[in-house]
Amino acid sequence: MEAFTTHTGRAVPLRRSNVDTDQIIPAHWLKKVTRDGFEDGLFESWRRDPEFVLNQEAHRGGTVLVAGPDFGTGSSREHAVWALQNYGFKAVISPRFADIFRGNSLKNGLLTVVLPAATVEALWELVEREPDSEVTVDLVARRVTAPGIEADFDLDENARWRLLEGLDDISLTLREEAAIADFESRRPVYKPRTQAV
Amino acid sequence: MGRTLAEKVWDDHVVRRAEGEPDLLYIDLHLLHEVTSPQAFDGLRKSGRRVRRTDLTLATEDHNTPTLDIDKPIADPVSRTQLETLRKNCGEFGVRLHPLGDTEQGVVHVVGPQLGLTQPGTTVVCGDSHTSTHGAFGALAFGIGTSQVEHVLATQTLPMAPFRTMAVTVNGELPEGVTAKDLILAIIARIGTGGGQGYVIEYRGEAIEKLSMEARMTICNMSIEAGARAGMIAPDETTFAYLQGRDHAPEGAEWDAAVAYWRTLRTEEDAVFDHEVVIEAAELAPFVTWGTNPGQGAPLSASVPDPGSFADPGDRVAAEKALEYMGLVPGQRLREIAVDTVFVGSCTNGRIEDLRSAAEVLRGRRIADGVRMLVVPGSVRVALQAVDEGLDRVFAEAGAEWRHAGCSMCLGMNPDQLSPGERCASTSNRNFEGRQGKGGRTHLVSPQVAAATALTGHLASPADLADVPTPAEV
Ligand code: SF4
Repeated sequence: MEAFTTHTGRAVPLRRSNVDTDQIIPAHWLKKVTRDGFEDGLFESWRRDPEFVLNQEAHRGGTVLVAGPDFGTGSSREHAVWALQNYGFKAVISPRFADIFRGNSLKNGLLTVVLPAATVEALWELVEREPDSEVTVDLVARRVTAPGIEADFDLDENARWRLLEGLDDISLTLREEAAIADFESRRPVYKPRTQAV
Repeated sequence: MGRTLAEKVWDDHVVRRAEGEPDLLYIDLHLLHEVTSPQAFDGLRKSGRRVRRTDLTLATEDHNTPTLDIDKPIADPVSRTQLETLRKNCGEFGVRLHPLGDTEQGVVHVVGPQLGLTQPGTTVVCGDSHTSTHGAFGALAFGIGTSQVEHVLATQTLPMAPFRTMAVTVNGELPEGVTAKDLILAIIARIGTGGGQGYVIEYRGEAIEKLSMEARMTICNMSIEAGARAGMIAPDETTFAYLQGRDHAPEGAEWDAAVAYWRTLRTEEDAVFDHEVVIEAAELAPFVTWGTNPGQGAPLSASVPDPGSFADPGDRVAAEKALEYMGLVPGQRLREIAVDTVFVGSCTNGRIEDLRSAAEVLRGRRIADGVRMLVVPGSVRVALQAVDEGLDRVFAEAGAEWRHAGCSMCLGMNPDQLSPGERCASTSNRNFEGRQGKGGRTHLVSPQVAAATALTGHLASPADLADVPTPAEV
């Protein structure tokens, strides 16, 4: 997992609340066998509308998604996170996230930032007015800044540390290499093996 | 205070324990199949990681494999891609794979035990909920998600919070004609599909000790249908006899050392379970499901229940919905329910003993007109053994279709599916809406009941067959 310290990019205003994971990535995409290539499925049905925010030239290449409350509800599919990342998003800002989605995001290195509804509204107005405005999400200082906007956010210390260090569950376990190797050296010889190595 | 079997196996696999954190558990055997592994391998590739212990990892193809024309290319592109991806991943990462056409191919939970890889006191995981099957050997075996599959591939460990423990004690002897499948269906009907949530269930008592390994696997297999994380049975002489001489069982001095350890794997007298359930075997009878979850079952001699008879409002609504989907009415006698299809197979009842007992009922008889019967061995080895014993001919002569090994109609990912409204007596483990094909209706049954049902055309047990003539009598 890539470490996240601070990120600066353009923001995409998604003026919708209750964006469920079925909207983020429809079920028929789940048959895929990779973690890549979900970018075309991201918000698939909404993207059929030429006016949809991701289809607007002004917001092309945005890397920070700013959404309404209750983002990521519904099915627990991890594919929703992969789709957002495959498309190029590094962070999502919303007044409230669904728990499982938030857990999946942090596991995969997608930063979810909770900001008050008024701040989200201010960000929407800013980037709709001036799409080129840069938004900085600083995990070290736990602060989001944009022209005329400055807002602090919370994130539990453990999750923050793991993102800053770029540590997914596997990396954390691999830090226990010595303990694992020691356990392996004590495993009885009669334990089964599937092949000689 | 003494420890339970599950606690002993758990403790023996703790790599690291720290206050306020989950235990890091070592995994002895990691089984893979084509459906839940692709993103895990993809994750490894992305982060430049390797499979830590290819010698503790084994893959088979089962969920998508066809049971007819296995030498022809697979028609469905999604199934084909999943299989091809597994082959590519196993090749690239050095994982042993038994592909379609191989003599060791078959349903992952049939293959592990028959190779002797599933052993007492081991931890076994697979990206599949029916991994609980392996608990029949006194292994701690549970299903995991794709992120965890990747975790085990990379580290051979899993961070896990401890389970709670439950004892299901079955006293006495199972009456004649009552099988392991009837027993587990009765247990699930009793404790409910959520009754085992958060628990590892240990099955014990006289009736369990008398069961063969294959019957024990049927019981542990369906632990997940009671919501449990795993099911276990303490290893004993039956277990050791089953294992001795198998491909991957220890030999010589190692065998002796292993057996000495395995004998310690018993729940101690003064151990305390978090929950206990007691069942009297003598009260059991052939059991079938009438609804759309495995807890909605009743003895074959009973009738379809009236949803109004359920005290719990949630159960009442669930029963109403189930009857509507199943096209059944309250009061209808279960024995009078006519079926279109009979499926014998799956990791619940696709082993050699299951095929033998179904064949015994069919021998010398013909299945009813208009009924199609599919017999799908759980693995190629099971199929070869059955052919050796002439069971394939018994099935064919009875009018059943003898197919190639795989999951098949257990979940209908391959072409073996029910059509909308079609009714099936199935030896598999899930009667969920659409599980065996969109709109299909499933009654879970034992292999004996499946065979008797195929002969009469309606739900029946071998005891009902006195009036079905064998050809000699016609
Ligand atoms: S036979 Fe059925 S339950 Fe068993 S692994 Fe295959 S699909 Fe799953």
